[in-house]
Amino acid sequence: MDTQVAQGTIVTPNAGMNEPLPPPASLVGPLAWLRQNLFSSIGNTVLTILGLLLIYAILKPFLDWAIFSAVWSGPDGSVCRVEGTGACWPFVFAKFGQFMYGRFPDAERWRVNLTYALALAGVVPLMIPSVPGKMWNAVYVFIIFPIMAYWLLTGGIFGLPIVETQYWGGLLITLVVATVGITMSFPIGIILALGRRSKMPLVKWCSIAFIEFVRGVPLITILFMSSVMLPLFLEHGTNPDKLLRALIGVSLFAGAYMAETVRGGLQAIPRGQVEAAEALGLSYGKTMGLVVLPQALKHVIPNIVSEFIGLFKDTSLVLIIGLFDLLGIVQQNMQGDAKWFAPSTPMTGYVFAGLIFWVFCFGMSRYSQFMERKLNTSHR
Amino acid sequence: MAVTTAGQTSSQEAAKASFLYRPEVRAVIYQLILLAGIVAFFWYIISNTIINLRRLGIASGFEFMSRTASFDISQTLIPYSAGSTYFTAFMVGLWNTVLVSVIGIVLATILGFIMGIARLSSNWLIARIGTIFVEVLRNIPLLLLLLFMYFAVLKSDLLPQVRNARELWFGSYISNRGINLPAPIFEPGFGYVMLAAILGLALAVGIGIWARRRRLLTGQPFPAFWVGVAVTVAIPLVVAVLMGRPMSFDYPVKGTFNFTGGFVLSPEFLALLAGLSVYTASFIAEAVRAGILAVSKGQKEAAAALGLAPNQALRLVVLPQAARVMIPPLTSNYLSLTKNSSLALAIAYPDLVAVTGTMLNNTGQAVEIILLTMAVYLTLSLLTSLLMNWFNARIALVER
Amino acid sequence: MKSIKIVGLAALVALGGATGALAQAKTLEAVKARGTLLCGVGPAAPGFSNPDDKGNWVGFDVDYCRALAVAIFNDPAKVTFKPLTSKERFTALQSGEVDLLSRTTTWTMSRDSSLGLTFAGTMFYDGQGFMVKKSLGVKAAKELNGASICLQTGTTTELNVSDFFRTNKITYKPVLFEKSDEVTAAYDSGRCDAITNDRSGLASDQVKLKAPADSVLLPDIISKEPLGPVVRQGDSQFFTVTKWVYFALLNAEELGVTSANADEMAKSTNPEIKRLLGTEGDFGKGIGIANDWALQIVKKVGNYAEIYDRNFGAKSPVQIARGANELWTKGGLQYAPPIR
Repeated sequence: MDTQVAQGTIVTPNAGMNEPLPPPASLVGPLAWLRQNLFSSIGNTVLTILGLLLIYAILKPFLDWAIFSAVWSGPDGSVCRVEGTGACWPFVFAKFGQFMYGRFPDAERWRVNLTYALALAGVVPLMIPSVPGKMWNAVYVFIIFPIMAYWLLTGGIFGLPIVETQYWGGLLITLVVATVGITMSFPIGIILALGRRSKMPLVKWCSIAFIEFVRGVPLITILFMSSVMLPLFLEHGTNPDKLLRALIGVSLFAGAYMAETVRGGLQAIPRGQVEAAEALGLSYGKTMGLVVLPQALKHVIPNIVSEFIGLFKDTSLVLIIGLFDLLGIVQQNMQGDAKWFAPSTPMTGYVFAGLIFWVFCFGMSRYSQFMERKLNTSHR
Repeated sequence: MAVTTAGQTSSQEAAKASFLYRPEVRAVIYQLILLAGIVAFFWYIISNTIINLRRLGIASGFEFMSRTASFDISQTLIPYSAGSTYFTAFMVGLWNTVLVSVIGIVLATILGFIMGIARLSSNWLIARIGTIFVEVLRNIPLLLLLLFMYFAVLKSDLLPQVRNARELWFGSYISNRGINLPAPIFEPGFGYVMLAAILGLALAVGIGIWARRRRLLTGQPFPAFWVGVAVTVAIPLVVAVLMGRPMSFDYPVKGTFNFTGGFVLSPEFLALLAGLSVYTASFIAEAVRAGILAVSKGQKEAAAALGLAPNQALRLVVLPQAARVMIPPLTSNYLSLTKNSSLALAIAYPDLVAVTGTMLNNTGQAVEIILLTMAVYLTLSLLTSLLMNWFNARIALVER
Repeated sequence: MKSIKIVGLAALVALGGATGALAQAKTLEAVKARGTLLCGVGPAAPGFSNPDDKGNWVGFDVDYCRALAVAIFNDPAKVTFKPLTSKERFTALQSGEVDLLSRTTTWTMSRDSSLGLTFAGTMFYDGQGFMVKKSLGVKAAKELNGASICLQTGTTTELNVSDFFRTNKITYKPVLFEKSDEVTAAYDSGRCDAITNDRSGLASDQVKLKAPADSVLLPDIISKEPLGPVVRQGDSQFFTVTKWVYFALLNAEELGVTSANADEMAKSTNPEIKRLLGTEGDFGKGIGIANDWALQIVKKVGNYAEIYDRNFGAKSPVQIARGANELWTKGGLQYAPPIR
């Protein structure tokens, strides 16, 4: 039937007349797009022009500084001291090793690289939802890998020379603090979140007090507390490593925030799930571990990722307590090394550090958005 | 009879056996264990601290607060000199934190709303600018932003040296020592102007209420906002002219080293304020966008159908509804801004943490000082939360 | 989710391994047991303590710690340097994170009394001064009325400058930084007109400037800054060792014992030299270290003059005249009790 009608249309004498006309030029093509999206009204035109001016005002000097009048090679800062030069990239090239590894001995840097490789080997498949074997993958990432990373980085085993944490620095410290912080925040956060929802008043109020206290004060005061006061709290003679102290502070901090994230996930689980589990005779631990938490955590994966982004950015605060993370080591090099003094060195250093942070955080936020879409389609 | 007794006894025995399995009993036991743990933990920490402090000969207690601080602070909102007490120094730091937080919150909110609305603009270019602003700033550490604003901008010769300070309007100057502004000097008679200003404000509020009532009764719009602004400005202005201008300005004048006279917004303050505001604005923009998107499209269409202009629709229909969704994330952003202001110490702005850091160093009493600082931030957080909850409740009342 | 909890525990245990060795109240024994001396130094003070291009610590304060390591282990390499900011240094020492501070720390009464510290001596006599740009034409500190002054927070500097301006009834605008690098960076950018610091510190700050020749030290000295090694109170044995290592360096200079001639001098018949170099008497044993301690120190690190010249002499980047740090025999203040 349909075909006949269609054929009928085609055989009409005025076939040419009936062929669909292309839309008017004013509705398609780049010009029309411009008109619709940029110049649809006087107000919009004004906004567009202002926007263009703004972009020009920011982008032109930036590109000029970062690329066109930038210095790309040179033995020291003298090439950058020339009047009118932009970014001093040779500074970044010369210090790149330090920015990445701190003062980790040259000969031992392969250990850091190997650690990164091992981490990628575990984390990448874990992050791709379609790769099977998540259980063993998680065991690797959360149990085997931390132990291997600890051995590799600190040494003292299998004939690897010991590298004390005071030689660690740069991106290495940033990554160590952020990953240890987020890993430790899981157990702390889950226990606190369950505690906060507990029916036992003491457990509940202790959890609330801890969570609200930590969330109410700046991270920097917690870092001060862990770096300055922790030695006073412990028995005389126990002197945790400086990095370890920062890690404790960061973990507690991240744990309190993670608790609220997990609590959000727990609230999303219908009561019936718990009741069904209890009806099946599961104990509290099994109910939570096998039924509630897996669902709750899956719900909040995007939030966990944004938590991690926040923590990754916050690691830069450890420079205030004297650890040299990426930002700290960049700052130390540009202010402390007379060889590279030039008016544009600080800006170059900060832009470089900013770029690295940005790439990591932006990548993770994209991943979180991807997961969010993924979870949305599977649940709703 | 005998059977019954036997049955009772056995059930009592069963009860005894399962005594430990009863949830209430277990709850009590768990809590007792937790309590014991907490007590042991604090006992351990406190006893260690006391032993350590005694062994190290460090004084304890808060007597030091009344001793002379004998250090200077670059920005003081309350009278302070090196001869003042540690307590006064503490308060100076506190007020500096409050100052930068409050102004930062206002600026971040304004910028955040602009950028959040920009991201939803039908203008492609404006929407992209909004997106880039948010995506760039959200993904770099605040500390980096602050150091960049401070050291990079200060050192890169973007701002002139103080000797070549650029003159702005009304006798103010900008240089790498900050912005020097004329300071108002109030002469006798200024009280009347203040009185007139209060009167003007009251009148403006009155007009607002009247206009609202009239609109509800007759549907006639009245530009109450602009009339209110005009009244608030005009009345004190007229009074000021009548009183023979009882206010003069102390203009900044170039001295040997710095400007003298007027008042100065230091580069530390400006860098901190700028960094905090744009960073927080990028988060607020997201909250605003999410809030607006949460308002159903039908609302906008209905507003358009009623003949409201797009900006009227945004202001009268969309934003009031979006506000309900936006308030909780806004609150948490305000809280983090306040807490983040503690990064001031990295760029030499004398906020609470920076000042207490100096105190800690001079007295060695780390425990007291850090606990006090934490207590202050907890209080500030609590106050902000309370204020925002109150506002939230008001919005909710208006809504329903 | 169970796995996550186990991981947490595993990580905690793993981290626990990283905690430092136990230190007992007897610092000297703890140091010996540990096999290395933990020495707190300044993170970036050219002349005093600074990592060189290869990351090895060099400087006046560093050499003192090496001398102490020689006294204890007969090995200048058995010392671990911990860079500490002004703010963290005292808690680091109090908590036992370091065994001593050799870190341009000023000896004051309150530090002796309320901080629970003991100064082993005055390794370096210093005083606080100002550095300004030559172009300002300032000739004396009192002309700095209304100036912006950059300085490091958490030091006696902060208190002295406040006193100085208060006494002279003039004003200034303090700009306080956490790190000395930030101070010089801010001064370089024109944020302030002057830097104030110990004069030795100013000399090392000057090296870090973009154009060191454009700045000048003002002649004023506004305070006494006796700098020296600091240990915890209540451990007289370790205190005695730190004190006498310093005195040995001075006595060696006074007696003309240098790293070049130390072995020859050990054969000397001069009883004073014999007592110093351990060929007569049991002075080393008396304080719990080897008898030839001073001989090894001088051989491996040098005497006071050698250490001074290495770090502040004509060939070093930071040049500071001996001045008050000359021996008392040459009109200076450095005076060591005899070994007897």
